[in-house]
Amino acid sequence: MSSWEVVIGLETHVQLNTKSKIFSGSSIAFGAEPNTQANVVDIALPGVLPVLNKEAVQCAIRFGLAVNAEIAPRSVFARKNYFYPDLPKGYQISQYELPVVGKGTLTIEVGDSEKIINITRAHLEEDAGKSVHGASPGQSGIDLNRAGTPLLEIVTEPDMRSAAEAVAYARKLHELVQWINICDGNMQEGSFRCDVNVSVRRKGEEKFGTRREIKNLNSFRFMQQAIEYETRWQIETLEDGGKIEQATVLFNPDTGETRAMRSKEEANDYRYFPDPDLLPLAVSAADIDVIRATLPELPSAMKARFEREHGLSTYDAGALTASRAIADYFTATLQVFGGEAKLAANWVMGNVSAKLNEEGRVIADAPVSPALLAGLLKRIADNTISSKIAKDVFEAMWAGEGDADAIIERKGLKQVTDTGAIEAIVDEVLAANAAMVEEFRAGKDKAFNALVGQTMKASKGKANPAQVNEILKRKLAG
Amino acid sequence: MINHSLKHLASMLTSKEVSSVELTQEYLNRIARLNPEINAYITVDTELSLAQARAADQRIANGDAGPLTGIPIAQKDIFCAKGWKTTCGSKMLETFIAPYDAGIVEHFNAAGAVNLGKTNMDEFAMGSSNETSYFGKVQNPWDRTRVPGGSSGGSAAAVAARLCAAATGTDTGGSIRQPASLCGLSGLKPTYGLTSRYGMIAFASSLDQAGPMAHSCEDMAIMMNAMTGFDQRDSTSLQREKEDYTRDLGKPLAGLRVGLPKEYFAEGLDAGVAKVIEAAVDEYRKLGAEIVEISLPNTMLSIPVYYVLAPAEASSNLSRYDGVRFGHRAAEYDDLMDMYCKSRAEGFGAEVKRRILIGTYVLSAGYYDAYYLKAQQIRRLIAEDFAKAFEQCDLILGPTAPSTAFKAGEKADDPVSMYLQDIYTIAVNLAGLPGMSIPAGFAPAADGKELPVGLQVIGNYFDEARMLNAGHAYQQVTDWHTRMPEGIA
Repeated sequence: MSSWEVVIGLETHVQLNTKSKIFSGSSIAFGAEPNTQANVVDIALPGVLPVLNKEAVQCAIRFGLAVNAEIAPRSVFARKNYFYPDLPKGYQISQYELPVVGKGTLTIEVGDSEKIINITRAHLEEDAGKSVHGASPGQSGIDLNRAGTPLLEIVTEPDMRSAAEAVAYARKLHELVQWINICDGNMQEGSFRCDVNVSVRRKGEEKFGTRREIKNLNSFRFMQQAIEYETRWQIETLEDGGKIEQATVLFNPDTGETRAMRSKEEANDYRYFPDPDLLPLAVSAADIDVIRATLPELPSAMKARFEREHGLSTYDAGALTASRAIADYFTATLQVFGGEAKLAANWVMGNVSAKLNEEGRVIADAPVSPALLAGLLKRIADNTISSKIAKDVFEAMWAGEGDADAIIERKGLKQVTDTGAIEAIVDEVLAANAAMVEEFRAGKDKAFNALVGQTMKASKGKANPAQVNEILKRKLAG
Repeated sequence: MINHSLKHLASMLTSKEVSSVELTQEYLNRIARLNPEINAYITVDTELSLAQARAADQRIANGDAGPLTGIPIAQKDIFCAKGWKTTCGSKMLETFIAPYDAGIVEHFNAAGAVNLGKTNMDEFAMGSSNETSYFGKVQNPWDRTRVPGGSSGGSAAAVAARLCAAATGTDTGGSIRQPASLCGLSGLKPTYGLTSRYGMIAFASSLDQAGPMAHSCEDMAIMMNAMTGFDQRDSTSLQREKEDYTRDLGKPLAGLRVGLPKEYFAEGLDAGVAKVIEAAVDEYRKLGAEIVEISLPNTMLSIPVYYVLAPAEASSNLSRYDGVRFGHRAAEYDDLMDMYCKSRAEGFGAEVKRRILIGTYVLSAGYYDAYYLKAQQIRRLIAEDFAKAFEQCDLILGPTAPSTAFKAGEKADDPVSMYLQDIYTIAVNLAGLPGMSIPAGFAPAADGKELPVGLQVIGNYFDEARMLNAGHAYQQVTDWHTRMPEGIA
C-alpha cells in the first residue's frame, strides 16, 4: 500500500444565498410546496428569457477576492445541452470556457503543517429541479422549485494527497463561503455539495492515474469514508492486475462503498455554445473595488492580526478564526471587556465551547452573550472573584440568572481580600489542624497544599488564593 | 375603410365616424368570408377581439385615445398572448394557451389596439413559403395557387387581403421582408435589440427580431412607435431613448447617398425582378438621391453561415419541447427516452427536424470549431462588409427576394432552393442591421401572371427613421403600395 500515492481534486457546488434565482425573480427558499417557487421562466414556457441576477455575480466576485483569484473582466454564459425531466429548458446555463473567477489559492492546515491548494476556477451556473419518485405508483413527479437556484462551482487543481487533506480543504472552503456570507453552508439541504476526483499512482510516478469522480458528497464524514474506500479499491484493482476506467461513482453511506453509475462511453455530448439570450458578463475594476470594500476581514488576515495585536498563539488565533461566528463572538467579548486578550480567548475556547458542545448548540444561540461574558471577565481581572468562583458564576449566567455582578452580589461570592479577615481564618485552620502543621514542618510540602485547601474551604472559596498562600507561608515560617 | 391608412382610421375613430366595434366587426366579417380559403389566421376569437374593441371605444369616449387605439391588427402566432392559443405553427403547441403576454403584445394592448387573431406561419418560423405550418398552407392573395412567402406568410396574406389594418411579424433571415415582397406590402425588420423578444417564441435568438407589416411606411412608423422600447426581461433589449419614427416623414431626399451592392444584381436574380428594382432606383434618382455602386463581398457566404448558426441555436431553443411540462406528449410510450422520442417525432414537422439535426450536428464535439466557430468568424466579416459600405452611402437598395411568389409545392422538396429565397435578406440579420421591403411594382411569372416585387432598403444601425422616410418619399410618387389583389373585395 505504501508505495501508492492518492491524487485528489474537488469540485464543490456552493448554493449562493441570493434572494432570488440566478435568471428569474422566483424565491430560492428551501422547503416550499413543490412548484410554488417556479414562475414562467423557471418552467421554461415558450418565449421566456433569462435575466442575470446581479447579486449572484457579486457573490462570485466576493469569493474570487477571498481566494486571491483573478476576476475575469469578461466572462460568458454557455448552454450545456441535455435532456432530463428536471431540466426544463433542455439545457443548463453555465459558464464554460470563460468563467468569472480564475486561478486562486486557499491555504489549509493538516496536523501542524500548512498547504496551499490551488483553485483552478469558479463559475456561475443554475441548479436543476428535482425528480420526485414514489408519490403515485408508476409515475414520477417533477419539482422545479430548485430549478434556477444560483450555484458557484469551485474547482481545484489535483493538489490533495490524502483524504485528510481533501476534508481539510472542504471544511476550510465551507467556513470561508459562510464567512464572506455567500452561502448558508447547510449541507443537509444541499447548499454545499462536493464532487471528489480520485486517482492513484505509484509514488514517484509523474503521470496521473485514471480518475473516478465521487458525486454529491454532502457530509465531511462521508467524504473521508468515500475517499478512503475508493483509494483502497483502486489500489487493490491495480495490484490485482486490473485497469481503472474513467467513471462517475456514488457513495453508499450504508455499505461504506462506492459504485459506478455511468462510464465515460455513456457520457453526453453537451454541445456547449455561448447562450445567445445573455450578453457576456462584463466586470470593471470599479465594480470589483465596490465589492472589495464590502468584504469582511478574511480569516487568514484576522488570524495574523490576533497573533500580532493580541499576542495570541498561532493555535489560539486559528481556533478563534475557525468560523465567523466564533471570531465575531470573541471580538465582541474583547471589545466590551477591554482587558487581556488571552483571558478572553481561554474562556471562549474553553468554557463557552465546552458548554456549546455539551448542549449541541451553535455559538449564535449561546445564552451567555459576549457582553455577559465580558462582565464576568472584568470581575476576574479586578480580583472580585477567583477563577474557580468564576466558573460557578458562568454556570449561573448560562442558566439565565442574570449578569455576573448581580449573581456575585446575590450569592455573596465576592472574594475576601481583607488581610485581617484572612489571617483570622488561617489562624483557625492552623489551630484545628495541628497534625498537618507538624507534617509540613517535618518537610512534607504536600501538607502546605492541604492547608491552603482547608483555608479556602473555610472561606467558602471566597478568600483570595494568592493572599492565603502568602499569609500561610508567613505564619508557618514564624 | 379597408384601404385607409392607420392615421386616417384613427381620425375616423376619434371623430366617431366609426366605432372600433364596427371596424373590428368589419374585419371579422371579412375574415369569416375569406380566411377559410386564404388561411391567413390560425386562431380567431371574436369575443376576445370585440371585448378589446369595446374597451377601445370607451378609451376614445374618455378622450384617452392614442394613434392605435381601436385599430384592429393581427399578431403572428409566435407571440404569446394571454388567454390566446399560441401555436407557433406547430402541432407541438396545438393546444398551448399562453398564460402571459409577450412584450410586443403588452405594447399593443397598452396602445389600445384590437387583436383580431393569431396569424399562420411556418412551423417555429422555419420556412420561406408558409408551407411548413402544421395548420395548412396560406394562399397568396395575388394568386391563390402561389405561396405568400414565409415565415410571416399569414401576416403578409392578412395585410394584403385586407383582413387586418396591419400586422406583426418576426424576421430571423427574411421572414418579414420576403413575404412582404411576395404579397406586395411593406415590412420592416428593426435593428437587433429594438423590439422585445420576451414572449416571442425563440427560433434563433441572436437573429430573431419583431417588426411591423403594413400597407405603407407611414403605417409602419406608427406601428414602430408602439412596438419598440427597452424590456428588462430581455437581456438583448437595448436601453435607448424612445424615438418618434414618424419624425422624418416628408423630409426631402436630396443628397441621400444610395448604395447598390453589385452582388445583389448578379446571377440568380430574376430578370423581371431586376427590371422593377432598376426602375425603383431611377425613381430615387429623380427624388434627388445620389446612386453609388458598392460591394458586399461576403454576401454569398451568408446562407451557409446562417444555416449553421440559426439551426445551432434552434436545436437548443427547441429542447424545451419535451412533452414533460406542456405541449404535445405521445399517447403511449415505454419509458422516458421513448416518451421524448415519440413526443418530438410526432410534434415536430420535417423542416423543424431537419434544422434540429443540422444544429445538433454543428455543435457536436469535434465539429464545433469547423462549423459553429467558423460561422461566427464569417458573421463578423459580413458585418464588416456593411460597415465599410456605410462609409460610402446612407442606405442600401436592392431586391428583397430573387423572384416573385412561386407556386405552392414548387420548392417543397428542394430545401436548398427554398433557402436561396433569403439570399438578399439573411446578411442583414447576421449583421443585426435594420432592413425593409416596400412594394416596387410587378413582374411576370413564367405563366405570365403579374406578381408583386419588393424593393429592399437596408439602413445602418438605428436608422429606421431615415429608412421609413426614404420609403415614404417613394410611396408619395408611386402607387404600388395601394394596389389591391383581385377577388378580395
